[in-house]
Amino acid sequence: MIRRFGYMLFLLLLLIIPMFPSFYLTMGSYIGLYSIVAIGLVLLTGVAGLTSFGQAAFMGLGAYTSAVLTTHLAWSPWLALFVAIALTVTVAFILGAITLRMGGHYLPLATIAWGISLYFLFGTIPILGGSNGISDIQALRLFGMELTDEKIFYYLIWGVCLVALWISTNLLDSREGRAIRALKGGVSMVEAFGASGLRLKNVVFIYSAVLACLAGWLYAHMQRFVNPSPFGLNQGIEFLFMITIGGAFSFWGAITGATVITLLKTVLQGILPKLISQSGNFEIIVFGIMIVVVLQWMRGGIWAFVERLLPQKAARPVARSSDLDMRIQPMKGTPLLKVTDVTKAYGGLIAVKGMNFDISSGEIVGLIGPNGAGKSTMFNLISGEVPHTAGDITFGNHIISGLRPPRIAKLGLSRTFQHVRLIPGMSTIENVMIGAYLRTHDGIFSAGLSLNRASDERVRAEAARQLRRVGLEGSMFDPAGSLSLGNQRVVEIARALCADPLLLLLDEPAAGLRHLEKKELANLLSDLRKEGLSVLIVEHDMDFLMNLVDRFVVMEFGEKLAEGLPQEIRSNPAVLEAYLGGV
Amino acid sequence: MDFQTLLILAQDAVTNSAIYALLALSLILVFGVTRVIFVAQGEFVSYGALTLASLQMGVMPGTVWLLLMLAGIAAVMETFRLLTSGAGQELPRSLATVLVPPLVIAGLVKVCTPLHLPLGWQVLLTMLIVMPMGPLLYRVAFRPLADATVLVLLIAAVAVHFVLVGLGLLFFGAEGVRTPPFSDAQFQFGFLSVSGQSLWVYVASSVFIALLAWFFNKTLYGKALRAVAFNRNGARLVGISPHLAGTFSFALASAIGCLSGVLIGPVTTLYYDSGFLIGLKGFVGAIVGGMASYPLAAFGALIVGFSESFSSFWLSGYKDVVVFTMIIPVLLWRSLSTVHYEEEE
Repeated sequence: MIRRFGYMLFLLLLLIIPMFPSFYLTMGSYIGLYSIVAIGLVLLTGVAGLTSFGQAAFMGLGAYTSAVLTTHLAWSPWLALFVAIALTVTVAFILGAITLRMGGHYLPLATIAWGISLYFLFGTIPILGGSNGISDIQALRLFGMELTDEKIFYYLIWGVCLVALWISTNLLDSREGRAIRALKGGVSMVEAFGASGLRLKNVVFIYSAVLACLAGWLYAHMQRFVNPSPFGLNQGIEFLFMITIGGAFSFWGAITGATVITLLKTVLQGILPKLISQSGNFEIIVFGIMIVVVLQWMRGGIWAFVERLLPQKAARPVARSSDLDMRIQPMKGTPLLKVTDVTKAYGGLIAVKGMNFDISSGEIVGLIGPNGAGKSTMFNLISGEVPHTAGDITFGNHIISGLRPPRIAKLGLSRTFQHVRLIPGMSTIENVMIGAYLRTHDGIFSAGLSLNRASDERVRAEAARQLRRVGLEGSMFDPAGSLSLGNQRVVEIARALCADPLLLLLDEPAAGLRHLEKKELANLLSDLRKEGLSVLIVEHDMDFLMNLVDRFVVMEFGEKLAEGLPQEIRSNPAVLEAYLGGV
Repeated sequence: MDFQTLLILAQDAVTNSAIYALLALSLILVFGVTRVIFVAQGEFVSYGALTLASLQMGVMPGTVWLLLMLAGIAAVMETFRLLTSGAGQELPRSLATVLVPPLVIAGLVKVCTPLHLPLGWQVLLTMLIVMPMGPLLYRVAFRPLADATVLVLLIAAVAVHFVLVGLGLLFFGAEGVRTPPFSDAQFQFGFLSVSGQSLWVYVASSVFIALLAWFFNKTLYGKALRAVAFNRNGARLVGISPHLAGTFSFALASAIGCLSGVLIGPVTTLYYDSGFLIGLKGFVGAIVGGMASYPLAAFGALIVGFSESFSSFWLSGYKDVVVFTMIIPVLLWRSLSTVHYEEEE
């Protein structure tokens, strides 16, 4: 209710601003332009955990491309927009392809360098007019009408901004968007469910660059004049300051920050030089101090405060039944996973040496061994997270050793993580929905335009079904980070099940669970086995495993020590020796 | 291009490279120890040259006020931290370390400024003013963020850069300065004529790099710093304080920055905002070294110096474009040649 009222108030304010003197109108237009850039930056920085200081440079690329094409070649601005976007996509793709594979700080460093280079290029290349820039840029024409009226342009800018806001919000609420929101915690989780982390990072970077380019294009045709100074590194830094102050975790934070910084800058530029009786852009001192204070005391920015005052968004109801296609589980007893002579060496250290075992369909196998036996390494070799050194792993008819996790996930292998990898701020059900990444196929565009609703609802229903199955339907809409560690592990299982796997890999699922919860988990796994699912469990808790698993594989010092039925393992002297020492 | 020009360009390149190498080394050290990508490092370069110029003119440099302000803020933050954590008894000692040196330095500057001391003493005073800013900035801006991600720390570093540049304009105005050379001598080696100042740059930076190498390889404290840079948690477990290491690495950063500024002040005209680009060029060198290897970074600094000097001859307008675009192929090469592990933050 209050939220709806807020939206109405916001729209009303936008509508009536042109009725104020032209100073406010100009401010409003600039805030709109900067908001467009900041929205992209929120997606990049606040959501995906990457950042760029080069957004102003992308803005400049959009502005200058259109300026040159419309003045020197007399192209239509609309055609120039296409060229500008194509150019931006290319540059962003190259920068991203080069830096995104490396540590998170290489992208910002590369964008600093790119921002400076482009700024100097704008100021040096003769056709771009040097530091004088390019003037008399064509006005935009829409339906035969020249958009020279400042008011109309103001509405155009805010129209674009609101559409960007709508698309960005839709995007986050989609299968790709949920995966993007997971990127901050590292790519291995989304990759285990079939998404390519690198591709998603690239997509986000390109998307934010295109928004900046669009803002630059609008700027060029609003001012009808461009010069290098608004596209320098300092402006790129100010965009980042906008979202830091406004709140990097919400698109509304982007608009808030753009407003605050733009207004403050105008005010300070009026006051400070008089105060100091010297001319210069002294507002950067104030901005710098503000940012350090915000980072130290209120990392969520202004919008985090506002968000706390607003009532919780009501959760959308979930459809009762899901009709997502399911895999047909193979006949019980069909060979499923075969590990043949698999070795993993880290330099001279051999973590896994010549392991052999297999799993048949409908079987639960426990992989046990003392600490440091190589269980987790073996587990990660199967899931593809760790590349193997020698040997073969076959899954169904495919050799999966050497494949990357997304490919392996596609074949029907699904896993949990020893160190829980949920997105703490996201609701439990959305976390579980990530599991179904490969079961629907909506891309970025259909998500942005909200064409993915139907299939997304089916995924939601499926996620709810899995949560019901593991007994956590009551916490469906709570943030995953608010659950107990034990329950978070169970959410991980629900997420893995949501992928509709043939083989489920569980890494210490019972750790942190209470006695009764362990029992329920064991019941759940038995039920899954009845449905034909196969499970490989790495676990320490022998009581939990003893009555559950069909077979044990015991490892010690990276090698297989024993294999057999639970009662055999219980009395196997070598196993007793390994676990209890020489008794 | 004749041989003469080539030699002149090469000489220019080596002079600049020496400075970039110094900056690259301290950037890598600060990043390793504190995870801060300290883009504001270059500001110490301008502060060094401009502070020296003020002293030359017999004017109290504005940087002294910044030093006192930083000390004041640090003192307030330290008081707040110690009182809220119930360690009030440490307060006098802690306040003394934060406040006394800056106050003594300010007093010293006040007394010495009108005396028109010889250049050597003025350089020393300049170092005394600028060097404590590093640790104080660390205390005020970065230490409270010690647990933050590299990204947040980078944003903070950029914010500090804004503040320092703005203050630089406030203190020194928009005029550029050129400080007097340490030596007016000209040496003739065959074709090559080398200015005494260039020799100063070579010698001083070589000595400094040698000192750093000795410090990091031979002394216990230097080894401890390397340990922190290699593995923060491990170092903490064996009793090395990350805060102390952070303070020290920032002290080195401001000292190196200031020294660089004093050294090149006579060679190029420096403005309040020139330091940033100089620092970033050091950065490009550091990136060539993968932000981790000191010798590679020094090598990277050489590449930067040479491409800058030669492109200023062939493509004068595009000098900076060449240097900063160079980072792209370098990153491409690094991206293809190294194995990348998942970063967890």
